[in-house]
Amino acid sequence: MATVSLHSLVKRYGNVPVVHGIDLAVADREFIALVGPSGCGKSTTLRMIAGLEDISGGEIRIGGRKVNDLPPRSRNISMVFQSYALYPHMTVAENMGFSLKIAGKPQGEIETRVAEAAKTLGLEELLERRPSQLSGGQRQRVAMGRAIVRNPEVFLFDEPLSNLDAKLRTQMRIEIKKLHAKVNSTVIYVTHDQVEAMTLADRIVIMRDGHIEQVGTPEDVFRRPATRFVAGFIGSPPMNLEEATVEDGKLVFAGGEALPLPRQFRDKVEAGRKVVFGLRPDDLYPTGHGIHSGEEAEVHEVEQAVMLTEPLGNETLVFTEFAGREWVSRMLNPKPLKPGEKVRLSFDLSQAHLFDAETGTTLRT
Amino acid sequence: MKSWRLPAPYLLLLPAFIVLAAVVVVPLLLSLYSSFTPFRLTRPDSIWTFIGLRNYERLFTDWEFWVAFGRTVLLLTVALNLEMVLGLGLAVLVEKATRGQRLLRTIMMFPMMFSPVLVGFQFKFMFNDNIGLINNALQGLGLTDQAIPWLIDGTLAFIAILTAEIWSSTAVFAIFILAGLMAMPKEPVEAARVDGCTPWQTFRFVTWPYLMPFAFIAMTIRSLDIARAYDIVKIMTDGGPAKRTEILWTLIARTGYSDARMGLANAMAYIAILLSIVFTAMFFRQLAKARAQIAAEW
Repeated sequence: MATVSLHSLVKRYGNVPVVHGIDLAVADREFIALVGPSGCGKSTTLRMIAGLEDISGGEIRIGGRKVNDLPPRSRNISMVFQSYALYPHMTVAENMGFSLKIAGKPQGEIETRVAEAAKTLGLEELLERRPSQLSGGQRQRVAMGRAIVRNPEVFLFDEPLSNLDAKLRTQMRIEIKKLHAKVNSTVIYVTHDQVEAMTLADRIVIMRDGHIEQVGTPEDVFRRPATRFVAGFIGSPPMNLEEATVEDGKLVFAGGEALPLPRQFRDKVEAGRKVVFGLRPDDLYPTGHGIHSGEEAEVHEVEQAVMLTEPLGNETLVFTEFAGREWVSRMLNPKPLKPGEKVRLSFDLSQAHLFDAETGTTLRT
Repeated sequence: MKSWRLPAPYLLLLPAFIVLAAVVVVPLLLSLYSSFTPFRLTRPDSIWTFIGLRNYERLFTDWEFWVAFGRTVLLLTVALNLEMVLGLGLAVLVEKATRGQRLLRTIMMFPMMFSPVLVGFQFKFMFNDNIGLINNALQGLGLTDQAIPWLIDGTLAFIAILTAEIWSSTAVFAIFILAGLMAMPKEPVEAARVDGCTPWQTFRFVTWPYLMPFAFIAMTIRSLDIARAYDIVKIMTDGGPAKRTEILWTLIARTGYSDARMGLANAMAYIAILLSIVFTAMFFRQLAKARAQIAAEW
């Protein structure tokens, strides 16, 4: 088991930088998720930790040991690939035992450890099959089995579930969580799916364009997004974000519509400042159909026409137009609404976020 | 009365059958038949004398034939193995090239663009003991002061032929193996590196099993090529001197045309074809096995 730390880690392809000097400390046995849109540098970062990509600058330490120039085999890591990367000519058992065979472990020990891992992952029946005879979910399990038999200090996952269908993905997500509880080792998990990141990770690292936007617990990044990007990236459906100007205790939007300046920002934001107002769909609801935030709510009501609804059974997403853009609200205990129908919307401003319009950083202190 | 006509499907296939019969089936049967006769080109009517298996019986105890047969197998084995090793090396190197790979691929195929007869002449000149490039270079470098009799000594001549053969056809292996390398998914190789493999182990346990089917295809093609090798040998040594480099087809051609004993030559040819069939069957079985192993989808 080990810590992993990155210091001013840089990756350049030729003259094009793709990772711009990131710093990150992963604690022993921590489950860290790197999440971000494609091209944000998360996979490249993971591959540098694995030793599959050269490091252009900075330093990587695993368990305190500098590993910059060590080949992957000397880093005591294992990795699960998006495409599973199983050896097609080997059986499941051979795939899982391959690293131990290479390490020169005795046959008896290999068999015991493979059997153990197979039991953990429910692969006992499949040990003699070849990868081509397995389903996607089974292949994914074998790839994980191959990773755990080695008992490495650090597990690296590179979008392991993105080739599976939605149902299987949910199932495997739970299995990965169980597995982490069982093997109890450091995990670095790359995904573009924020739900995976939220459900699995102890801490989430949100990356964008080769920079880290925020590092925090799922609660942190959801409740207290540090930047406008994080606010928009985490949460589904995404947070409603709209530019406004602060004027005399009010937020004035481009079209002239206004909302009161949320209480928590009064006296903190000077008049005339350009900001981005953010409110999650959970905190914007047809009056009487919301969740109680637990804090003292500061509700402001506005009457709006319904543009569109998306009934999801237990709730309905209601789209309305306000301040020249579409706002999503979440309606609990839904009642049928028709497009064009007028509805009173509650803005729970106690949950609102404000970001600087230029830098995108939060104005919450 | 309505006259009988061949049904349409047969009628439509008839031209193909006629052509096939004229260019393949009839000559094949004729040559098979002539291998049961003492047919000599100088005495055409000898083709009507049926002597049963006497040609074959004779060949089974014919030392000269079996030496040529053995030498062909030896040439085939050594050339295939060396071509495979060299082709593999070439393919791996070319695959590593990040720039100018197309150009390298084209250059790599140059030797295949020359007629084997010309390749034979070229190497005959290069290995010439008096004016050849090789002896000249060896002497110039001070490695020897003798004129090494490349095309006169049996073993050396064999090596010279082997060199020409390998030079002209290693590209076959290189191309097929390169195709394999380029089609190969990269992730298993990365997985192997993470799993603790050294570069050599990665190649041995992951890359090579994937390339095997490609190598076997090249082997099948080249084994047929070498089993019917004639042109390069004919030009370089003509099986000589004193039959020291005689291989199957130079012997068969000599028997059939110079000695005019076509019946015997045909019997030899049928035995030689068996050799090709055996090698092809062997490589195809290996190929099927290797393909099943990597679960190839082609």
